[in-house]
Amino acid sequence: MRAADVLRFATGALRGHTLRTALMLAAMSVGVAAVMLLTSLGEGARRYVTGEFASLGTNLLIILPGRSETAGGGGPAMFLGQTPRDLTLDDALAVSRQPFVRRVAPLVVGSSEVSRGSRSREVPVLGTSADMLEVRHWTMAQGSFLPPSDFTLASSVCVLGAKLRDELFGSDPAIGELVRIGDRRFRVVGVLASEGSSFGMDSGESVLVPVASAQMLFNTPGLFRLLVEARSRESIPLVQKSTLALLAERHQGEKDVTVIAQDAILATFDKIFNALTLTVAGIAAISLAVAGILIMNVMLVAVAQRTAEIGLLKAIGATERQVRQVFLAEAALLSAAGSAVGVGVGWGADMIIKSLYPSVPFGAPAWAIFAAVGVALGAGLLFSVLPARRAAKLDPVAALAKR
Amino acid sequence: MIELEHVQREFHVGDQTVHALADINLRIESGEYVSIMGPSGSGKSSLLNILGLLDRPNSGRYLLDGRDVVSLSDEELAGTRRTRIGFVFQSFHLVPRLTAFENIELPMMLAGIEPAERKCRVEEILQATGLMDRAHHRPEQLSGGQRQRVATARATIMQPSVLLADEPTGNLDRASGREIVETLEALNAKGITLVVVTHDPELGGRARRQLRMVDGRMASDTRNGAAQ
Repeated sequence: MRAADVLRFATGALRGHTLRTALMLAAMSVGVAAVMLLTSLGEGARRYVTGEFASLGTNLLIILPGRSETAGGGGPAMFLGQTPRDLTLDDALAVSRQPFVRRVAPLVVGSSEVSRGSRSREVPVLGTSADMLEVRHWTMAQGSFLPPSDFTLASSVCVLGAKLRDELFGSDPAIGELVRIGDRRFRVVGVLASEGSSFGMDSGESVLVPVASAQMLFNTPGLFRLLVEARSRESIPLVQKSTLALLAERHQGEKDVTVIAQDAILATFDKIFNALTLTVAGIAAISLAVAGILIMNVMLVAVAQRTAEIGLLKAIGATERQVRQVFLAEAALLSAAGSAVGVGVGWGADMIIKSLYPSVPFGAPAWAIFAAVGVALGAGLLFSVLPARRAAKLDPVAALAKR
Repeated sequence: MIELEHVQREFHVGDQTVHALADINLRIESGEYVSIMGPSGSGKSSLLNILGLLDRPNSGRYLLDGRDVVSLSDEELAGTRRTRIGFVFQSFHLVPRLTAFENIELPMMLAGIEPAERKCRVEEILQATGLMDRAHHRPEQLSGGQRQRVATARATIMQPSVLLADEPTGNLDRASGREIVETLEALNAKGITLVVVTHDPELGGRARRQLRMVDGRMASDTRNGAAQ
């Protein structure tokens, strides 16, 4: 029997039972679409989170005061309730002098009222240095960033986030104007281009001032964070080690800071989200297996319904193999068509979600689509082996007698 | 040529053994016209199934055109059915979703014959049987007589040496039945071996050789007049 004839015969048989074929197609396509959609969601979440981390900057080390590990070495200080030693601007300077460190940006965070004339807003105030612009890959909309200078110089200049600028100045020019932050006045030297948010901290809503000014505003000697950019990816562990050692030395041998390599966080999130994506894909794949069982069921019914036809085929000279082929071809066609419809539906749903949440990079990865279609075809064929074999083994005499 | 020697066929129903065929010896020459008659349960259908290679005897020998076909594999049996045997059934057994053309084409499709040649041969036989204008009708759009003509065309499209007909007129009115019988007899006149199983004494009486079966045995074997 020619392959084209097998396919034509199988297509005819499927077309002869429209409702049944449609239901099977629906079952198959729902499974495939579910796999695509869920992996798309998982992959979108993963890419979103890693993207957010990457937007923090490249080759970044984040130093925060205090130890995150509680194991050992806490000493009596822990029981006396002492706060850990502050991270100071001198520490920042020392860190910046190390080899393999390209930039260092200290960060002091506080909240204060910013006002201009009658308009005022309560916004986050970020105290930092000129290098922050490069470290965080920000861009300027107008004017210039904080002037490069010694960390300890508390000059009265500030940079506004784009949204804050609009709220305070409306359509008036902002550069060169004065704003009041807390009890001091600052001259606006620049406006940040709007970047969107990262981790809920919207740079568009904040105001940036030199780190020393922020320390004065909030009356704190300590830094909230110290962002260190290594010269290269390879030097990250080196910098991490030497920074820890340096700060321990400066803090009387006490290892009271935590150094987080952004890469490590990124890798962890990547791992978590990959596992998550695989899990949901696995759950969705179960629906494909269910669709496979459904195909088996329907094929068994088809064999029962078409017993007389099978008997006839045998009487006019069909071999067992040919009967098997015809039924397997039907299952294969069903699975293939179901997969195709499923990929279409999944793709469409993906598009809808994308248009609803344009900020999250949704999209099923290619491996998921191939896997879904593969599992669909595999399950369809595997589960039709038994019905096809049953059809092939039918006794022609009994089959013909059945009407 | 068909030769049966000591053919037996038993069925087990519960703990009873039913002898559908008990020691059948039969020789049918090429081109013969044979009818098999007998009451229900006499074994005539069992015999026809064995002749058509749809069933195997429990014991005995069956030579079809000189070849022992009892021990053939499924593949060989199917091949033999395809090329040497044609079936005509009481209930036609046309595939409902296929057109008359496609039903007739089916055996050639199974044989893997090129579509162009299939088309040529089907059209030829449709022409000869006057079904050309019905070629693309489905069985449900055909009358009983037309359906049986399609079934007969399908049975003979592979040019078999033996045509087995099981009550070919059982579901037809007299006029259509007569037409089918004439078609079958015309094929026989061209040299095909025709074996007809029937209850109908009138139809059975038309055959040159008449077999009568009772309880799985050959009760009589008579030949019409000059044909002897």
